[in-house]
Amino acid sequence: MKTTKLAALALAGALASGPALAELVIPDLSYRTGPYAAGGIPFSDGYQDYFTLLNERDGGIGGEPIRLIECETGYNTEKGVECYESTKGEGALVYQPLSTGITYQLIPKTEADGIPLHTMGYGRTSAANGAVFRNVFNYPANYWDGASVIVNYLLEENGGSLEGKSIALLYHNSAYGKEPIRTLEALSEMHGYDLSQLAVDHPGQEQKSQWLQIRRERPDYVIMWGWGVMNQVAVQEAANIGFPMENFIGNWWAGAEHDVTPAGAAADGYKSLNMNRINPDLPVFDDIREHVVDAGMAAGDGSNVGSVLYTRGMYAAMLAAEAIETAQEIHGVSEITPAMMRDGMEALEVTEETMEEWGAPGVGPAFEVTCADHGGSGMGIIQQWDADAGQFVALTDYIESDSSVIDPLVEEDSMAYAAENDVEPGCN
Amino acid sequence: MLYREAGDFKTSYQDDSQTFPITFDRYRYYAVLAIAFGIIPFLINDYWASSILVPFLIYSIAAIGLNILTGYCGQVSLGTGGFMAVGAYACYKLMTAFPDVSIAIHVVLAGGITALVGMAFGLPSLRIKGFYLAVATLAAQFFLVWLFNKVSWFYNYSASGQITAPDRFVFGYQVTGAETTAVAKYMICLVFLTIAALIARNLTRGMLGRQWMAIRDMDIAAEIIGVNPLKAKLTAFGWSSFFIGIAGALFFAVYLGAVEVGEAFGIQKSFLVLFMIIIGGLGSIFGSFAGAAFMVLLPVVLKLVGVDLFGFPTDIVAHFQLVIVGGLIILFLVAEPHGLAQLWRVAKEKLRLWPFPY
Repeated sequence: MKTTKLAALALAGALASGPALAELVIPDLSYRTGPYAAGGIPFSDGYQDYFTLLNERDGGIGGEPIRLIECETGYNTEKGVECYESTKGEGALVYQPLSTGITYQLIPKTEADGIPLHTMGYGRTSAANGAVFRNVFNYPANYWDGASVIVNYLLEENGGSLEGKSIALLYHNSAYGKEPIRTLEALSEMHGYDLSQLAVDHPGQEQKSQWLQIRRERPDYVIMWGWGVMNQVAVQEAANIGFPMENFIGNWWAGAEHDVTPAGAAADGYKSLNMNRINPDLPVFDDIREHVVDAGMAAGDGSNVGSVLYTRGMYAAMLAAEAIETAQEIHGVSEITPAMMRDGMEALEVTEETMEEWGAPGVGPAFEVTCADHGGSGMGIIQQWDADAGQFVALTDYIESDSSVIDPLVEEDSMAYAAENDVEPGCN
Repeated sequence: MLYREAGDFKTSYQDDSQTFPITFDRYRYYAVLAIAFGIIPFLINDYWASSILVPFLIYSIAAIGLNILTGYCGQVSLGTGGFMAVGAYACYKLMTAFPDVSIAIHVVLAGGITALVGMAFGLPSLRIKGFYLAVATLAAQFFLVWLFNKVSWFYNYSASGQITAPDRFVFGYQVTGAETTAVAKYMICLVFLTIAALIARNLTRGMLGRQWMAIRDMDIAAEIIGVNPLKAKLTAFGWSSFFIGIAGALFFAVYLGAVEVGEAFGIQKSFLVLFMIIIGGLGSIFGSFAGAAFMVLLPVVLKLVGVDLFGFPTDIVAHFQLVIVGGLIILFLVAEPHGLAQLWRVAKEKLRLWPFPY
């Protein structure tokens, strides 16, 4: 008992003297508890394991070791704010809260503190306009791109016309779930499909009435904006009412293994968006297994390596690491500040060669970030669940979103934000 | 020794009926006020304000509100989250509709609107009691959250359904919005809490408070001695909702700055405030403070000790927090149903007699 206490004191002492070392501080606002933990755990594992790999294999980035600080948010905004306030003083370089609700909290706070915020495929869509949201990045794609990619995919499937088709949007009744509505409405006017909206309340276990309505109205397609336990329930309910799985398309937060496996064989054929490709044989996974998992340094138990959300968390870490490297090059110092990190993120350029260097060829689309465009390529793929093989299979290559619809919406929404908050839009 | 009544003579009725009749108690109260207003503002930083003090002050107001209803008047309510949402959305609508009026007035008006809504939902309390009333207020909780999600007029038709507090100033200091300093956030909440606590303390000491307590202790007996149950119950709902509405408005405008109704004001908020008054002490203003401090500090302390000191995984600590809070509630209900306030009261009694207990 005494020795443990002494050890703890020694550890506390070591921690207290820690910040004197030069290092790159990366906070990980994760959630490993609550109804959204199923998605939060693999993402956070991937995010942390990649940084651990860089530390172990390369000694950090540009010779600077990385220090990870994990903070549990439980997908709860109040805890997220607490996490932000308690970690920002440590010199945090970039925040990735993996929650649209927390993102809305952090957008004004990070703006005031000058710390960049990367909301990869979630958060406030109009943050893609970097002239207004100087510190917020949402590359490689955002919700409105996602909605448009799904519609473009359906257009292709239906020979170029959705006239007279009906689409139901099943969404999480929160800022997150409401994001695609505006785009889907605009696209429905353009393509002539009929859109109905079905809200599912937090946490999403109760969906009987929504699926009863789907059963009655028989829409041609169901699009889902779900997260956490809501996805599993929705897939199971769809199977229960015998809705054809190939006409059920989730967004990229509703397309991971744990969402479909509970429904077993009945989930076969379920489709979802993805912003990155799934390939369990990427060379980087071997490195992670060798340097991180086998060395006993993995954030989780190592069983998630290669899964959909693990890959996406790792991809997020890769983009952050690449941005750090870019920032180090721009400013010629290895110990960068959050302001330099912002410059690095704004000058980020991802090509096929960079992804090859990461050990993850073709994991995402090639894109460039500029001040005017913090949103990246806006492309996504459609993947389908193969229950027998137990994996998602990519059905398409990267599909472009309809920028003629999305760009004006982004412009309009970001300008409304700028007017409300007295932001002077500009790129200097 | 320190804490004694001997020699503390009262020479007027006014002296005898003051809030803190014991001199030492009174000086302690002045000392707390002096520290809160005079010292903390100079020491506070962002972390202390956002993680500990501002939520503590706001939850204290909410706990005082619920304590009036549940602790003093005996009407169990599970609608606290919904009433906080009414305060938040009323404040938001007022802030955006009348940008030139001071936010302080909006917060009070938001409290007034919540009081009206609370009284409307309090009407069933005249017919139903106990668990059945709890279910009726639970319906208010779900109805209000659904309403603020469904009717887009309440969130000014924003695409995300979120409400965001615009920048507002009190006496030239910014109190809402991202650039608000820690001191400004803390001070505005502290001022509202001080006034709320003073009002609540005096209400509960006065005729109204005695009527509430008579209804709580035995409503039929109260009616026989001349307490009008309609008036007593509805005023309890009104005052309770008034404070809860103010807490909701501050929670949205000052503390978070942007909220989403289902997440910020869901059923878990109702339970959280209920736990605060159960742990703190039913029917006690001090208990409201103690309970709020306890529930706000516990997760932070557990996190500091578990994650930062011992290096446990964050998920283990989060799970332990649930276990500890649950365990403590059972422990309090069994061992000390009157909560932390009763412990404090017992300690005071002991101190009064010390060092010569008989």
